[in-house]
Amino acid sequence: MSQPRPILLKGGRLLCPASGIDETGDLLLDQGRIAALGGELDAPADAEIIDCAGKWVAPGLIDMHVHLREPGHEYKEDIASGTAAAAAGGFTAVCSMPNTDPVNDSAAVTEMILERARAVGSCRVYPVGAITPGLKGQGLSQMAELKDAGCVAVSDDGHPVSDSRLLRRAMEYASGFGLPVICHSEELSLSAGGAMHEGPVATALGLPGIPAEAEVAAVERDLTLAGLTGARVHIAHISCAGSVAALARAREAGWAVSGETAPHYLALCDQDVGEYDTHRKMNPTLRSQADRQAVRQGLAAGIIQAVATDHAPHSVLEKELEFGFAAFGVTGMETALGVMLELVEEHLLTPLEMIERLSAAPARLLGLPGGSLTAGGPADVVVMDPKAAWTVDPAKMRSKSANTAFAGRKLPGRAMLTVCGGKVTFRLED
Amino acid sequence: MSLKRRHMLGLHGVSAEEITTVLDTAESLKEISARPIKKVPTLRGKTIVHFFYEASTRTRTSFEIAAKRLSADTVSLSASTSSITKGETLIDTAKNLLAMSPDLIVMRHSQSGAPHLLARHIPCSIINAGDGAHEHPSQGLLDLMTIRRAKGRLDGLKVSIIGDISHSRVARSDIIGLNTMGSQVTVYGPRTLMPPAVESLGVSVAGSMEEAVNEADVIIMLRVQQERLTDVLFPTLREYAQRFGLGSKHLKAAKPDVVIMHPGPINRGVELSPEVADGPQSLILDQVANGVAVRMALLYLLLGPEAS
Repeated sequence: MSQPRPILLKGGRLLCPASGIDETGDLLLDQGRIAALGGELDAPADAEIIDCAGKWVAPGLIDMHVHLREPGHEYKEDIASGTAAAAAGGFTAVCSMPNTDPVNDSAAVTEMILERARAVGSCRVYPVGAITPGLKGQGLSQMAELKDAGCVAVSDDGHPVSDSRLLRRAMEYASGFGLPVICHSEELSLSAGGAMHEGPVATALGLPGIPAEAEVAAVERDLTLAGLTGARVHIAHISCAGSVAALARAREAGWAVSGETAPHYLALCDQDVGEYDTHRKMNPTLRSQADRQAVRQGLAAGIIQAVATDHAPHSVLEKELEFGFAAFGVTGMETALGVMLELVEEHLLTPLEMIERLSAAPARLLGLPGGSLTAGGPADVVVMDPKAAWTVDPAKMRSKSANTAFAGRKLPGRAMLTVCGGKVTFRLED
Repeated sequence: MSLKRRHMLGLHGVSAEEITTVLDTAESLKEISARPIKKVPTLRGKTIVHFFYEASTRTRTSFEIAAKRLSADTVSLSASTSSITKGETLIDTAKNLLAMSPDLIVMRHSQSGAPHLLARHIPCSIINAGDGAHEHPSQGLLDLMTIRRAKGRLDGLKVSIIGDISHSRVARSDIIGLNTMGSQVTVYGPRTLMPPAVESLGVSVAGSMEEAVNEADVIIMLRVQQERLTDVLFPTLREYAQRFGLGSKHLKAAKPDVVIMHPGPINRGVELSPEVADGPQSLILDQVANGVAVRMALLYLLLGPEAS
């Protein structure tokens, strides 16, 4: 593969939460690395020079929770389309959850995903392996083998391990290999049969509810086991006030725990289900307005360290159905940055804090390269225009699926250019 | 007289004027059912599909009789005869139906919001004949008609609804309709059968059977579904009957002119004692008769010469 041309990003606002840099200057990408940054830089003769005046130049975003659907459900998404969607959203790396078919519970599946990502991907893909074989909640996957093959964490996402003794063993075993355990925390006996957040909206719509406590009870258990085992435990897609409070207590106790939320929990609540809109159906569900506020405050305070999309593509076969029959899940990678820019506009987050949650924190939590603007570091960079307002159009998504929760929403800005390993993976056409 | 809508998906958002229009129309159509030849030509040439994804005898029969008395042609599809079992989606089935040019679809479905999904995809009038635990507007309207005939008004009444509020689409439509018309609704039942945040529906919750019964002008008893027992929502039918069933002893302390209603089919000896079900205060059979009139009114207003 020929080396891409050097790229000089000229005169943008350089934003790097890891180093605290927030200043106007140039950034030079060469040989797949950040060659130099800051001040005015001279362009090598063959460089592409891109005027970034008025734009923000940040480390490439890292989505630590996505479903690329390959292998097994390629009609919803595949590694090519999913990583193209990632690049369009400003992401240079994604962590793919193991609920594929076959499940990523073996080195063979991990290697297949990595091979496909190298061949057709538009961003780095870091597979997450299964905790239990087949996500069946029994036994342990061969985690050492998964780690050697390239998995960066283990999770039974979507199929939480109910057996507390087994989850304890999983945490202990995984921590021996430095593998974080990502918990989709849900007490299934409380959530069973539910379609949306339990409360006045569900009652008025006549839909069976899922109490927020189904999440909180499981978060409390998972964090308690983190305390018991000393393992690195990360709580996925936090959606409610009780989980934020539980995470705050566990972090105060000094346990090695962290958490993420998703843009839809920051921007929407149960009232947005409207008249049975299945594009507002995901798990966890959109909670109450008070929960939404608590999650926003938890993110602003840094209790929740990261934002991940839980990008969950589904086709019309799973979504154009009765609400109760429709699948849980929404896409998110192409809208995440725009929704996060809303939080910056609302002064909930500074630009640096926003990039911290979307890039530096995920890199740190999972020990991934990137997440900073550092000379010598990987040339994974996003140039965003915080003032390029646009309206979300499901028909224009790179994702194979159109199940966005933000159709028709006007977002304040977006990625203009995404560079991964020095190669342009996305360029917004005017 | 007409309605400002193409569908009747629920009583939520339906104004007091529209409800009054339906009830007045039902009153004027009611006498057709008393004629020796119970048929008028109003909807001749109109095709109505009764599309029932969930078992129903009385609602479907009531709609079919209503349609036939107005001379509409009717076709019935039920879960066992339609293509649901072949794995076809609701929208596909509906589009196939639509290709046969029906004028109106009466639909029942186990899932809340199913008729709303249909309404978004096909350009034909839809009447919701019950969707999950959401709404059952024609039942709500026939209950309003029954109450108005018994009490002469729909405002300022105290109505108690007793039983499984959580899973009841009848309760939701009744509550919405009664609130719109200016009556107060109290609910009572086992706590496990009260939906979360039940007050948000616009009701107060009684603390005992006596409290629910004593001040009421109207008592609506809801059917106990046997499958709630397997969900362990209450211990036994015996205890349910003792604590939440309506018997003669309760009526001794009730207002003398209280009326008793029930959407049917009743479980005798569970939510209603036989003496109450068959007693002079029971309007249960009036509800059935009014059901035909209300459904004729809905069909007439949505399909008739003055429909928008």
